[in-house]
Amino acid sequence: MTRPLAWTIGLQLALMLLCSPARADDVRDLYFGEALFQAGQGKYFEALERLDAELGQHYGLDEPELDTLHHHIREAEFFVGDFELNYRMHHRAGRAISAVLNGDVDQSVRNEAAYRLARIHFQKAQMADALEALARIEGSMPARVRDDVEFLRANVYLAVGRSAEAAEVLRELQGTKGLTGFSEFNLAVALLQDGRTAEALQQLDRAGQVDARDAMTHSIRDKANLVLGGMLLESGRFEEARAPLERVRLEGPMSNEALLGAGWAELSGENFERAVVPWSILADRDPTDAAVQEAKLALPYAYSRLNVHGRAAVLYGKALDTFGRELNKLDASMGSIENGSFLEALVREEIHQDKDWVVRMRSLPETPETFYLVELLASHDFQTALQNYLDLEDLRKKLATWQASFDAFDSVIAARADYFEPLLPEVDQTFRELDSRFRVRVEQYELLVKRMQDLLVMPRPEFLATTEEKVLSTGLTAMDEALGGVGRDGNDELRQRIRRLEGIITWTLHTQYDDRLTRFYENLQDMQGSVALLKEHYQAFVRTRQAATLSYQGYDAPIKRLRGRIHQASAKVDQLMARQGRMLEQVAMAELESRQRRLVNYQHQARYALADSYDRATQAQYAEEP
Amino acid sequence: MPKTPIIALLTALACLCWSPVSADDVSRKEMRSLDEQVQEIKSDVLSIAAELDQLEERLLFPSNTQLTVFVAIGDGTESFRLDSIRLGINDALATHHIYSFKELEALQQGGVQRLYMGNLPIGTHALEVSVLGKLPSGKDFAHAERFTFDKGIDPALIGITVDPGSGKAPIALKDW
Repeated sequence: MTRPLAWTIGLQLALMLLCSPARADDVRDLYFGEALFQAGQGKYFEALERLDAELGQHYGLDEPELDTLHHHIREAEFFVGDFELNYRMHHRAGRAISAVLNGDVDQSVRNEAAYRLARIHFQKAQMADALEALARIEGSMPARVRDDVEFLRANVYLAVGRSAEAAEVLRELQGTKGLTGFSEFNLAVALLQDGRTAEALQQLDRAGQVDARDAMTHSIRDKANLVLGGMLLESGRFEEARAPLERVRLEGPMSNEALLGAGWAELSGENFERAVVPWSILADRDPTDAAVQEAKLALPYAYSRLNVHGRAAVLYGKALDTFGRELNKLDASMGSIENGSFLEALVREEIHQDKDWVVRMRSLPETPETFYLVELLASHDFQTALQNYLDLEDLRKKLATWQASFDAFDSVIAARADYFEPLLPEVDQTFRELDSRFRVRVEQYELLVKRMQDLLVMPRPEFLATTEEKVLSTGLTAMDEALGGVGRDGNDELRQRIRRLEGIITWTLHTQYDDRLTRFYENLQDMQGSVALLKEHYQAFVRTRQAATLSYQGYDAPIKRLRGRIHQASAKVDQLMARQGRMLEQVAMAELESRQRRLVNYQHQARYALADSYDRATQAQYAEEP
Repeated sequence: MPKTPIIALLTALACLCWSPVSADDVSRKEMRSLDEQVQEIKSDVLSIAAELDQLEERLLFPSNTQLTVFVAIGDGTESFRLDSIRLGINDALATHHIYSFKELEALQQGGVQRLYMGNLPIGTHALEVSVLGKLPSGKDFAHAERFTFDKGIDPALIGITVDPGSGKAPIALKDW
């Protein structure tokens, strides 16, 4: 049974709005890529969480153009709006896109923002705002979205009753790739709204015969045929109604309504035998479907018109059995709603793993509360309420998990404090000693670097004397001073020897200066590497030391604040879930009661018709007897 | 960008022809007010999540030891079915991930998966990546690579690209 597909058509397309199929190689910011990964799986909360953090960080940078997100910033700003829209946060999505629209951006960006904003307003049924946003589009749009913009414009016109203008726009979109079936169908609706019924019927006929190559086009084509058939039936053109109704796929989401309509078309044209064919097919389908229930009553009626009263009586009997069973199911469903099982069933985790969970839910024997859920989901109000309820349940689970994680955080922090606190004083003491040695070494190195620079500007050979040369030189100076002034004591010969020795040292210093300077330079280069390594280790130690403290200090305030926020948010979520749940139950009860009334009515009709068929069958039997 | 026809209206219009279930007993005003409150609480919870993420990262993955490994699939990999990936660090299993259809689709659309987040000391480390999947030809694909990388004081971000169809290395590593 494929009816749920009908209401998910819109949803599926809306989801397709999301991510441009950027390739992995295009992604230059990993966290942006991660947001796309989450969104690609329909996890919009996680996608928003990641992208919000990335954007916040990006705009907090002094030089955002150096950030990897800079390459995707325009996409990221639009995607935030798209993700918010898909997460049903229309207010925020509108604000995000308005910010782009009002920012200092190119007209092409502004146009795209205006289009996206118009789309949000349209989805929120704020048509005046949607028109205003569309009016902000200036110049030409990129080819990839041009048709979509015009399609949106036509839909807004339709929604505000400007049908003639909508028809005009839609005429230009006929045959547009990607809108196949949709532009044709909507043009028919526009013509119908504009009172041009004859043209509308022709257009529906065209929409009902478009070349469908995918599920969505098939669905819209079926819809066009169903609507056309229904309109022709209503206007008494039974023969003409047959063709479009027969074009509806037998296994499509609209097949039940089409089979029912086809039967009525034949019956209305008094082709009772032909009416039996579609209704026989339909009567064997899922008995919770309204069309199937109607067919169960209509089929024996057709037989009775064929004067096959015995067969009619049997089928009325079967219909009564079915209605009885369905009424029991409805009672069970309503009972389940009253005792709260309905809401519990809606949030069953294992069911949500399957995209057709609604359909599967109906087939689960232990969930009578959801037998009629598929029918309920035909209601937009119910869908909105259900989606909100499921989102709230998801938030509730997240908040509960987060709240529980704080105890784990507390124990991690306590364990770290217990480990580090006795160790750190000793580590700090050792570090202080190493720190002073480190600073001395770095100072020495810096002094040598300066000396090298000085030597390059002004050669000073004595700066490159060896320790032995320095000792010798100092000894010679001391001896010279001890000898006193020249010519006073007859020690001139000694003084001469001192001068010669000093001369040898000076000679050595000057002749070996270049070699010594080169060696000095080479040693300094080696030292530079060692000092860099030393500094790196020093920094690593400092960071590790800081990390040790940071691993258990400074968490009390944020944890306390977060605990409070989560507690408040949980209370709010519980309160909203209760209200949303009540609303869901009310909508569900209203629908089930309406179905119950209809079934009771069918039951009365079937009972009466059964008795009548028996009478007629009996009369016929007597009449045949000699 | 895929075509983006807006057809919410279509659904609404179709309801003209179908028989929608009405919420007669439920006040529409209350419904709208509830919807707005749900949007507000979503916003609040997102803000809590952001703060909590920061706290968690600071507490569990300090920047000086933080290692994050991401996975993306490459250009020539559109029809490649990635079944699983096994990540080892210094000869110990770090994580093993089996891909769901949704995850694979998200990767094919250009998404990047955060495969692993953990802590490592500063220094040189070995990373072993093993990938299992199926090639477009239907042939099984199994490949393993071993890389080395240096972990410095800053957080390490490593991107693995799986690209068996490109003619380049089927598993490549990129230090971000």
